[in-house]
Amino acid sequence: MGMDKNSETEEFIIALAGNPNVGKSTVFNALTGMNQHTGNWPGKTVSNAQGIHHYRGNDYILVDLPGTYSLMAHSAEEEIARDFILFGGADTTIVVCDATCLERNLNLVLQVMEITPQVVVCVNLMDEAKKKNIVVDLEAIEKDLGVPVVGTSARSGKGLKEMMKKVEALCNGTIKPDPRKVHYQQTIEEAIAPLEQALDDRLHGRLNSRWLSLRLLERDDAFIAKTGRYLGFDLMADKEVQDAVHAARKALGKQNITLEKLKDSIVSCIVFSAEEAVMGNISFQRNAGCAGCEGCGCCAGCSIHTDGAAASRDRKIDKILISKYTGIPIMIALLCVVLWLTITGSNYPSQWLADGLFWVQDRLTDFFSWLGSPDWVHGILVLGIYRVLAWVVSVMLPPMAIFFPLFTLLEDFGYLPRVAFNLDHQYKKAKACGKQALTMCMGFGCNSVGVIGCRIIDSPRERLIAIITNNFVPCNGRFPTLIAIISMFFVGTLGGAYESLLSTLMLAGVIILGILLTFAVSRFLSETILKGEPSSFTLELPPYRTPQIGKVIVRSIFDRTLFVLGRAVTVAAPAGLIIWILANITVGDMSLLNHCSAFLDPFARLLGMDGVILLAFILGFPANEIVVPIMIMAYLSGGSIMELSSLGELKTLLVSNGWTWATAVSTLLFCLIHWPCSTTCLTIKKETGSLKWTALSVFIPTAIGITVCFLFTSAVHILDQLIL
Amino acid sequence: MSKNNLTCLQEGESARVVSLLNTGTIKRRLQDLGLVEGTQVQCIQKSPWGDPVAYGIRGAVIAIRTEDAQGILIN
Repeated sequence: MGMDKNSETEEFIIALAGNPNVGKSTVFNALTGMNQHTGNWPGKTVSNAQGIHHYRGNDYILVDLPGTYSLMAHSAEEEIARDFILFGGADTTIVVCDATCLERNLNLVLQVMEITPQVVVCVNLMDEAKKKNIVVDLEAIEKDLGVPVVGTSARSGKGLKEMMKKVEALCNGTIKPDPRKVHYQQTIEEAIAPLEQALDDRLHGRLNSRWLSLRLLERDDAFIAKTGRYLGFDLMADKEVQDAVHAARKALGKQNITLEKLKDSIVSCIVFSAEEAVMGNISFQRNAGCAGCEGCGCCAGCSIHTDGAAASRDRKIDKILISKYTGIPIMIALLCVVLWLTITGSNYPSQWLADGLFWVQDRLTDFFSWLGSPDWVHGILVLGIYRVLAWVVSVMLPPMAIFFPLFTLLEDFGYLPRVAFNLDHQYKKAKACGKQALTMCMGFGCNSVGVIGCRIIDSPRERLIAIITNNFVPCNGRFPTLIAIISMFFVGTLGGAYESLLSTLMLAGVIILGILLTFAVSRFLSETILKGEPSSFTLELPPYRTPQIGKVIVRSIFDRTLFVLGRAVTVAAPAGLIIWILANITVGDMSLLNHCSAFLDPFARLLGMDGVILLAFILGFPANEIVVPIMIMAYLSGGSIMELSSLGELKTLLVSNGWTWATAVSTLLFCLIHWPCSTTCLTIKKETGSLKWTALSVFIPTAIGITVCFLFTSAVHILDQLIL
Repeated sequence: MSKNNLTCLQEGESARVVSLLNTGTIKRRLQDLGLVEGTQVQCIQKSPWGDPVAYGIRGAVIAIRTEDAQGILIN
């Protein structure tokens, strides 16, 4: 992870640390101009992102570390964060804190300050604190901590210049920090003093000896080995160090301080030290809200004002969004509202885009016939590449451009962790982790992203479950296909308001089916190959924040448009080319495409589909977006050439190829439940590091999809027979 | 006062932590969140199925499952 420093260009490495969900990524984005996804839920940043900030002639390489509560390395993220601060060669570490919850945040600040004195404390979310009438005395805290403290509101960019000034001063040595030391229990202090001295003589300032002494006493062998690799020599091989460690352990043993007690005491001392640091330095403008806090003893200083006027708005919202009677119904209602707005809102833009793009297709056709180019050139370029592109853009883009801003608004507001809170009991019953709900939410965007997001789950067993089941959430590429099939076959005849309402309910039904399957499969995995009990779990419910509506909408429409267009060009266009060729090379009396679909046909019929549909799903492996275009091309190669500029015309094409409502249902089901796309498979391989789990992630949904479609189709056949 | 655990709290009630019986990672995680001896905890809200429950700990709202909350003794 170390980077070479180039002294000529004055490059500094700046680590960005902080608790989860304090706006670290927002600070990072504001400084680097990059666009790391941000959202109001803990654990969103799962890897170290890097970016450059230019400030007064120097380059600052910012490294966005994963959010952690501590550096004691209890989880993978904590280890990554700790190792970077320790060994990454950072010139300065910025610890981003939440002004509305400063005491808890200082816990981490103190731990970082134990490792390095080069710390700038960025008290972010000052705007939120102001809204909650929390006044933070930054100067007093700075004095208390002995390192620079700056207040910021990163979302509006306020205070960031000030912060960089301090970072600069630390990097070039104008400010000499004098970090506050955490004082441990007397016995511990006495025990480590000689060890500290022994280490001091060997480390020459490369690592903090006081901090390292404590870690040596904690017997973290893996960490000691890592330190050895960094230093280039094994500390514990040194006789004097060894003796000092033994002596310290003996001294502690005499006082009955076991390893467990030592760890407890260290943590407690840091926590109390943080409490002390904020004591008297945070106040509330209106003390009226303090009623529930008498007897708390630290009223003046700490921010345990959960009953205060400040937090009462959040609690009122929580009473509605996560309470016993309203929590679940509102969650489903919100899902429906989002889907309804998506379906209704995308109707017109879809039609306009289709009209526009197919008008262009006609002009292209005119152009090619004017050129007198051969048929196959026109076929490949216009009927192959362009038509698939046009389909993907007109059908896929509008729903995505509407769904995502809405979803992001909910995310920014702080609703997603509440979904996990509402559903956690169900996950626990499935012996899985509640945070799986968050990874499923990400799956709506892209299953591959959802799979990466599973890193927020600490237990390896529960993480695997979340990875394997993520595909049951319909993603970006499948969502519009579901909407199109539903609108064509189930609601097309009703018209008006009922139409979109019914579409919404059906789509919500499909999604809920996916969620129920997730629970069932998670449970099944927990009882069989991934046997185990649910591990402990804590989930922070962040304060509600007012989303920056304008910014979110513009940003996510732009992002989605780029995403869909990018996919259309990189995946849909080449696929269009290949499929057109397959559809137009005839062997015997049929095209290659039809040979394939004819081969699959008997099996596909058992599942209520036909060979073309199943082939489309198979060829759609690189991207689910192209499933419908493949069907269209396969059907069209049968002969009749028609314009397909509306869903109505598409339905006519499908019906003329034997589609019934039952075919539509089977296709819906199979679209929801089949193998993950190629990108997701690669991600699963990367995340699990195992072909076995990747294969299982393909096999499980495929087997379930085949079973469900087969059962449904058989049931329909039997009912048909009975009625006849 | 007799020794109770965190699950005894009803919504809106507060208490002080006496000790943690939890072990391993969860104990460390709770401590990192500032839940050590003497910390004031408030029961904020139960989830729709009554488990997990959201507690106010040092200004933050943290959801904890019943099994884990049972190990947190309060007075």
